[in-house]
Amino acid sequence: MRSKGWGVLIAGPRAGARVTRSARNMAHLYGWLLLLPAAALLALFTHYPALGTIYHSFYSTPRANRPSVYVGLDNYQSMVEDPVFWQAVTNNLIFCIGTIPASIALALLMAVWVNGKIRGRGLLRTAFFTPTILPMIAVANIWMFFYTPDYGLIDQIRGLFGLPGFNWLGTRNTALWCLIVVTVWKEAGFFMIFYLAALQQIPPDLSEAAAIEGSSRWYFFRRVTFPLLMPTTLFVLVNAVINSFRMVDHVVVMTRGGPDNATSLLLFHIYEVGFKFWDVGYAAALTVVLLAVLALVALGQFFALDRRIHYR
Amino acid sequence: MSEIVVAGITKAWGGVVAVDRVSFTARAGELLVLLGPSGCGKSTTLRLIAGLEEATAGTVQIGGRDVTQLPPSARQIAMVFQSYALFPHLTVAENIVFGLKVRRVPAAERARRLQRVAELVGLAQLLERKPAQLSGGQRQRVALGRAIIAEAPVCLMDEPLSNLDAQLRQEMRAEIRALQQRLGMTMVYVTHDQTEAMTMADQIILLREGRIEHSASPDEIYARPATSFTARFIGTPPMNLLRLADSLGGAAIAASNGPAVLAGHGEAMLLGIRPEHLRIANVGGVTAEVVASEYLGADTVVQCRIGDQSLSVRGAGHLRLGKGTPVRLTWSAEDAHLFDASSGQRRTDGPAMLAP
Ligand SMILES: Nc1ncnc2c1ncn2[C@@H]1O[C@H](COP(=O)(O)OP(=O)(O)OP(=O)(O)O)[C@@H](O)[C@H]1O
Ligand SMILES: [Mg+2]
Repeated sequence: MRSKGWGVLIAGPRAGARVTRSARNMAHLYGWLLLLPAAALLALFTHYPALGTIYHSFYSTPRANRPSVYVGLDNYQSMVEDPVFWQAVTNNLIFCIGTIPASIALALLMAVWVNGKIRGRGLLRTAFFTPTILPMIAVANIWMFFYTPDYGLIDQIRGLFGLPGFNWLGTRNTALWCLIVVTVWKEAGFFMIFYLAALQQIPPDLSEAAAIEGSSRWYFFRRVTFPLLMPTTLFVLVNAVINSFRMVDHVVVMTRGGPDNATSLLLFHIYEVGFKFWDVGYAAALTVVLLAVLALVALGQFFALDRRIHYR
Repeated sequence: MSEIVVAGITKAWGGVVAVDRVSFTARAGELLVLLGPSGCGKSTTLRLIAGLEEATAGTVQIGGRDVTQLPPSARQIAMVFQSYALFPHLTVAENIVFGLKVRRVPAAERARRLQRVAELVGLAQLLERKPAQLSGGQRQRVALGRAIIAEAPVCLMDEPLSNLDAQLRQEMRAEIRALQQRLGMTMVYVTHDQTEAMTMADQIILLREGRIEHSASPDEIYARPATSFTARFIGTPPMNLLRLADSLGGAAIAASNGPAVLAGHGEAMLLGIRPEHLRIANVGGVTAEVVASEYLGADTVVQCRIGDQSLSVRGAGHLRLGKGTPVRLTWSAEDAHLFDASSGQRRTDGPAMLAP
């Protein structure tokens, strides 16, 4: 239908009634030409590198004295045997479990709160959203200050109670959790905006009808608000999962993966392998695995949850 | 039994007064209709009774208890919203039993009541649908079902039939009325449709710009409208209101050469006669000219003109009167009403009416 419209447009009004074959081909050509710049950029910077990565993952890393050769699954083999890789996987899973439910729950809580009729809610909304608009580096620096041993905010407060200083980012057991807290703090405000938008789509008479039926606010939230927010939750969840596997900047600024790889997440590991050790072939293999995991997670979420969600 | 007493209730938003010192009593088991044109404050009054709006002034009592400060859930009411307020993700059945589930009515009891209500509102075949898969009228019936199933002593309805077709509306009107009487519910029913008001109400409250214009039984409000506004609002086609001019032997309809219709001064007064009370006669009466006629099946509404004043006449059967035909109109003196032209108030102290 659309191409016919183009044909008429191009052939001019006089040929409108009988669109010739060549005119229709012209229309297709026009369509493709219009799409070409965007398609070219996408191919150049997204599809070509993605395919290139898969290709390179089957080749050894070129060295000064030895060009790259086909090595089959060797890179994947060494991945399985690499303890740092498994450490990064474990860290990333802990990071997911620590950040995703907490940031979504917090986002929902804040959204419900600032959606209510409270005084100064404009201010509150802005306050909750601020972490999102701050540059990553600034966020990391603010929290670095909080975590600094002895002089940092946390230790100063601990000091008031006579507790000794503690190296939060420099201790194996706490470093990853420090990153988790920062991430939750930053993500929750962002997700809140989506929840807030969705909450404002829910007509107020629903809660009035429920109030007349005698339902408590919690019951209403459970039976009505939350189910109606499910599309948003799915969207936010997919985003949260992808973000947690894409996390690298906070790691770079705050801990550089340390101490002793305790905060090395997958993408940070890839970054180190690729750009510090220049083991391009191995980094490509790691990247392929990461992409596969992300694609799988996203598909799984959409298909598993989609059926149980009410879309308006 | 639950009587509703509304005393001096007022609702203002900033400078806008939507409801202005409204007082009325709906006796237990009575169906009270709030009637009025769009924007007159009907919904707001209803929401004040429900507790969904906070009153600026005044009180609401339900069943002898002052509920002005109580939340909606503590008022023991059911309500049908003008916008239906159905839960979009729940099926028809779940929507209807929502309140029963909140109150933890046992499942067997729930199913039994659902069955009965679904039959009543004609939704038995549609219980598994979602609201989005229903027509406007079907959605309205879900809302109705949800209110009915509560069996609350007080039921508030905000234009529950506005989206139904004529036939279904008539059926539902009778159903609601019968149900209300059988269950002995006290019902406040909002509508802008005067037919609904006339056919269902024990008591009609006619609102205008947030104030009570007239409050009476359907008989009374039709037979003795308190103001010219009421007179025009109740009845279709509306009552004819005609300016009077002093003439020989009293006052006649302005610009007519007809006989006196009032035994005394008639300046600054309006004569009101309902179209159904006007008769077309062969002799006597006031002379008018036919402008158009509308055949409705059982009767015909003829638009006429006396000088520059237009009026309508309702006659049985099919009256074939061409444009420009002169007709003679008569009526009985007891069917005529007199209103003050400036205030619109009914004049009971005026001169006697005369039949033309
Ligand atoms: N939340 C509000 N804020 C300000 N003004 C309002 C609000 N709600 C209603 N009003 C005003 O109050 C007046 C009465 O409104 P209401 O909804 O009671 O009218 P209604 O009689 O139900 O009309 P309709 O027949 O169209 O439903 C209107 O002038 C309306 O603009
Ligand atoms: Mg209304």
